[in-house]
Amino acid sequence: MGIHVEGVSKWVLRDCSFELPSGSVTALVGANGAGKTTLLSLLAGLLSADSGQVRADGRVAFVAQDKPLYKHFTATDALSFGKHTNKVWDQERAVGWLSRFGVPLKRASGRLSGGQRAHISFAVALGSRPDVLLLDEPLSELDPLVRKEVTAALLGFVADEGTTLVLSTHVVSELSGVADRLLLLAQGELLVSGEVDDLLGSHVSYVGPVSTAAPGPGDVVLARHTAAQSQFLVRTPSPVSVAEPWVSRPVSLEDLVLAHLEVAE
Amino acid sequence: MVEFRVDRASGLPAYLQLGRQVREALRLGWLQPGDRLPTVRDVVATSGVNANTVLKAYRELELAGLVEARQGSGTYVKSSLGSAAPEALDDLRAKFAAWVREARSAGLEDEDIDALVRAVLSGGSDDGAG
Repeated sequence: MGIHVEGVSKWVLRDCSFELPSGSVTALVGANGAGKTTLLSLLAGLLSADSGQVRADGRVAFVAQDKPLYKHFTATDALSFGKHTNKVWDQERAVGWLSRFGVPLKRASGRLSGGQRAHISFAVALGSRPDVLLLDEPLSELDPLVRKEVTAALLGFVADEGTTLVLSTHVVSELSGVADRLLLLAQGELLVSGEVDDLLGSHVSYVGPVSTAAPGPGDVVLARHTAAQSQFLVRTPSPVSVAEPWVSRPVSLEDLVLAHLEVAE
Repeated sequence: MVEFRVDRASGLPAYLQLGRQVREALRLGWLQPGDRLPTVRDVVATSGVNANTVLKAYRELELAGLVEARQGSGTYVKSSLGSAAPEALDDLRAKFAAWVREARSAGLEDEDIDALVRAVLSGGSDDGAG
């Protein structure tokens, strides 16, 4: 097991429990203030829980959202710092990341772009060859084109190393296929936790004429009504097809996340 | 070599999308028995899907008897899909292309065509409802 969390509470977080197998890729999603950073800090061991248990197996690397770096440090300085503060260090891998993304090695980080600074933080984290890699909003500094490339490169790294990856993100629309597990937090509570494929298979959207009740089985997550149409997004272990004039539609990961978040508001 | 695309906005799980694309490539003859599928690492690097998803897709194709994993060497296509001879396939394709042209000149959008095809496939009425 890569990560084990049981009944954890801390500040906003209330009684969170979940397990993430090693080698899994998990997206941690939630509105601002939902407790994502608190949860990652607990997993990283930077905070201790008020109650409950947190266990992350092996060496853990955490890249904070603001990607803190000393202003006067160059990329080379940052790697040298990483080398001296980590028991395990892979200089080749760290340098490889920087050259792949064209980060100048000799320029003070204060004079680099936000994206370039992010890459230095990634390089230090990957150079330490972590068993568990925690990334808080890793892609927020990067433009959409680079995001795709960085995502692929990060996934390549964790695939090679068998690393357990947890990344928090706002960009729900880019998650499908990237994450195989989802943790959805709202106001400190874990709303949804599980494998993405199972979640997609157990949510369905019924669309049809205006109605007060869903035409098929399932717990209604979200109901929407217009003058001419009703739509019910339901959660059910085995979605069935519904009789005309209703249609049932598969639910995308983004729809699923947004529906749960909207209800939690 | 097939290149995978994952539609992030689709409600279809990513591993099923990959499986569907392999089946499509088999059906259209882009992949032949004996061809090697891209390595998991290559798919991760080119399409930005995670390795577990690719492995799951390949396992599913293996269970379906379409591909086989060879120890240490990769995943290979075992059998082709569709019993139609290539000539028959070409003929059907040409007829369908002609039908699509007709549908478009009748004012149908791609979406309408899609709905129509799906209605016919699912055994719905073939008398023009759609």
